[in-house]
Amino acid sequence: MAITNNKLSQEQYEQNFADIHPPYESITAAKVDANRCLFCYDAPCMKSCPTSIDVPKFIKQIATENIKGSAKTILSSNIMGAGCSKVCPVEKLCEGACVYNLLEEEPIPIAKLQRYSTEQAMKNNWKLFERKNSPSGVRGKVAIVGAGPAGLSCAHSLSKEGVDVTIYEKESKGGGLMTYGIAAYKVTPQFCEDEVNYILSIGGIEVNYNQELGKDISLAELKKNYDAVYLGIGVGVARQLEIPGEKLDGVADAISFIYDLRSKGYSSIPVGDKVAVIGMGMTAIDAATQAKRLGAKEVTMVYRRTEAEKPCTQHELDIAMLDGCEIIWLATPKKLKGSQGKVKQLVCSKMKLGEPDASGRRSPVDTGETFTLDVDMVIKAAGQVPFEKLVKKYKLDNKNGKLTIDKNCATNIKGVFAGGDAVNGGKEVVDAVQAGKDGALAILKYLNLSQA
Amino acid sequence: MTQKVRQDSFAFLRVLATWRLNKIFMADISSNFLGIKSPNPYWLASAPPTDKKYNVLRAFEAGWGGVVWKTLGSQVKNVSSRYSAVDFGGQRVMGFNNIELISDRPLDINLKEIAECVKLFPDRAMIVSLMADNDKKSWHDLIKKVEDTGAHGLELNFGCPHGMTERGMGAAVGQDPEIACMVVEWVMEAATLPVITKLTPNVHSVVPTGRSVVKAGTNALSLINTIQSVTGIDLDTLVPNPYVAGKSVFGGYCGPAVKPIALKFLTTIAQDELTKNVPISGIGGISTWKDAVEFMLLGASNVQVCTAAMKHGFRIVEDMCEGLNNWMDEKGFATLNDFIGKSVDTITHWEDLDINYHHIAKINQDKCIHCGLCYIACEDTSHQSINSEYGMPYNKYTIKDSACVGCNLCQLVCPVDDCITMEEHRVAPEYVNWIEWQKRGLPLNDH
Repeated sequence: MAITNNKLSQEQYEQNFADIHPPYESITAAKVDANRCLFCYDAPCMKSCPTSIDVPKFIKQIATENIKGSAKTILSSNIMGAGCSKVCPVEKLCEGACVYNLLEEEPIPIAKLQRYSTEQAMKNNWKLFERKNSPSGVRGKVAIVGAGPAGLSCAHSLSKEGVDVTIYEKESKGGGLMTYGIAAYKVTPQFCEDEVNYILSIGGIEVNYNQELGKDISLAELKKNYDAVYLGIGVGVARQLEIPGEKLDGVADAISFIYDLRSKGYSSIPVGDKVAVIGMGMTAIDAATQAKRLGAKEVTMVYRRTEAEKPCTQHELDIAMLDGCEIIWLATPKKLKGSQGKVKQLVCSKMKLGEPDASGRRSPVDTGETFTLDVDMVIKAAGQVPFEKLVKKYKLDNKNGKLTIDKNCATNIKGVFAGGDAVNGGKEVVDAVQAGKDGALAILKYLNLSQA
Repeated sequence: MTQKVRQDSFAFLRVLATWRLNKIFMADISSNFLGIKSPNPYWLASAPPTDKKYNVLRAFEAGWGGVVWKTLGSQVKNVSSRYSAVDFGGQRVMGFNNIELISDRPLDINLKEIAECVKLFPDRAMIVSLMADNDKKSWHDLIKKVEDTGAHGLELNFGCPHGMTERGMGAAVGQDPEIACMVVEWVMEAATLPVITKLTPNVHSVVPTGRSVVKAGTNALSLINTIQSVTGIDLDTLVPNPYVAGKSVFGGYCGPAVKPIALKFLTTIAQDELTKNVPISGIGGISTWKDAVEFMLLGASNVQVCTAAMKHGFRIVEDMCEGLNNWMDEKGFATLNDFIGKSVDTITHWEDLDINYHHIAKINQDKCIHCGLCYIACEDTSHQSINSEYGMPYNKYTIKDSACVGCNLCQLVCPVDDCITMEEHRVAPEYVNWIEWQKRGLPLNDH
């Protein structure tokens, strides 16, 4: 039993990390599904999309073979429409609302159709957006911190309006959690890079990589050099378990684990034989399934509530179960035991459900009973916490590190706006894209550039 | 030897087919058209599927009641390509178009094969379509030769809308009642077999030619032939289809798209005092037993099919027979004659419609899937009679009874069967038509 890398052959890695949702092979195939769409009015799918993509319209456009128009319909509402088609939990958004569900029929595969059009757009590098020209030259200069979904969406919206944007990104690549935090079988690193490049191809957006706020750049500098600042800094730090043994070798956090896997290549990532994953969110699933796909013999997911309260979607849970991950409901880690500095055992408390908490879900209560799992690796995926220290350093209003904004996306500091995970504490990519759009609108208004 | 085995196997299949039909169903779907008998009312229309023995034997093996052999007559040369189609909503061949001419095979081969088919399947109807050059002798010579094959009837092709018309044949004959009359008179001089005259729809009304040829002695009518059309243009080459070396021509349109037009023409023939006295063979977009029943309800004694077979093969006749049989059993019709023509009198003049009849749409909320299609159709293009109540993600749609004019649009666009129904709410109990309405000076413009 050991944590090692190179558990599998290159072929096995490629097979295990191949695209989990294969695309349409031809326009004929896409049209079969597109023609099934009823073209609903005030469509439930569109209402259920955080970015309000006009789903019936873009699907109709596939049916009429106006693929360029279809891509523009999608990307006008959601500039990361390509990535979202791969990572959105569509079963609880657009596809979950599809009226075919009410007929007990399969919903329209909206994500797959969206992927078809957006992939064509990226592959052919269709230029779908133009920057607004201003007779007087530059219409303003905005700094954005973070090249994740919120930052990129905000930047693109501003650039369309003729505003010059400079993005400061602490990593060496753009895309944020899309690039660094999502299972590779959903989006490949190459795809993420291509998508960022496609978004930036509108022009007017300069990205300075390896520039971290509070280290390489300061908020004061940005405020001085730009007309406005948008903070799309996301969340980053993995929530600690606060239990004995957390510092033992073999205890990793899911974000770093997935980050390494995305940035360094599958064969170089060490993984244990017996892996426990703490948590049941999307990130927990991504960590568990990928540990398994890297060659772990046993992966056990431990969650403190029951299946009914799980934060991940059923679809995601199914992936984990099909990958052979074991699930233990109603258990919470109590202690990590090790020998020679290496983690060997995970001791869990058995829980039962008590009264509903603030989230409306029944909260787990310790029964006093415990059980022990033999492990050689523990991956913590019990949520992420915001950059509380950084936020407090700049005296930005916040709630436990989550930035507080008003209805105009403005923070308490004049000219500084924020959105995305940094504000909501960590939601879907599609929510961050919408936050970026909202932020851009607010900034345009602030700069007196909005048309309204 | 081979021929013998083949004959035996056909005989066996015939027995099997008859046995199956008699065993399972109560209704009798056998047809008698001018004394020409066939086990069911389904003939294959004169077209490529009835071009030669090979196809026709396959059709008979599949269970078709009869065939109208592809038109014989004047010598022709065909081109390539010959067909084009209109697709709709992801489905292929909603409408079909051809520029193929009449048979381009040697006459003696056709005649020999017709005789062989008649011998192999004596219980099936064999009609031969004819289009001779425009002189009496050509017609008489052709009829004599065809009658020698043992075929059961003749169909005069006065409808082909392309290629032959330029030479004064096909639709050129059918479009002119006088010429049509003259040709039928020639034919009746020579023919001993029953004669069916096939009418072209490329006219404002089929009745003048229909009356003319009935007067001239035709024993029956068939309709419609194809409708002149341009099915579409290739948006890369900018040349319409079918494509022949950079050019195209008007073709003959058929398939499901033309059915409503065919039914209208059929009705006018079935209602005319003169033409209603001869049997009618219905043609035009018939693809299913339901289509066939509709043609027969409007006066067709039997039906002819082509496009549906060209799209799916001869096997479609199985369901056409079984569906017809089940429907007849369900409705209590023992024979085809029990329902042929039953709907003819229900099509009336607009002036005779009852203005006091009124119905209102009703949405069954248990069946509604909240697609909003009824709402937007009514709101944008009709009478703003549907109320939308916002819901996340599902809006609730209800009918504003007082605003609904009972147009059916919502019901037609609703994707769920029986979700929107029309409920009768008469304005007044009394029947009042438009003429009476005017006479009494009753109010207009109620919306």
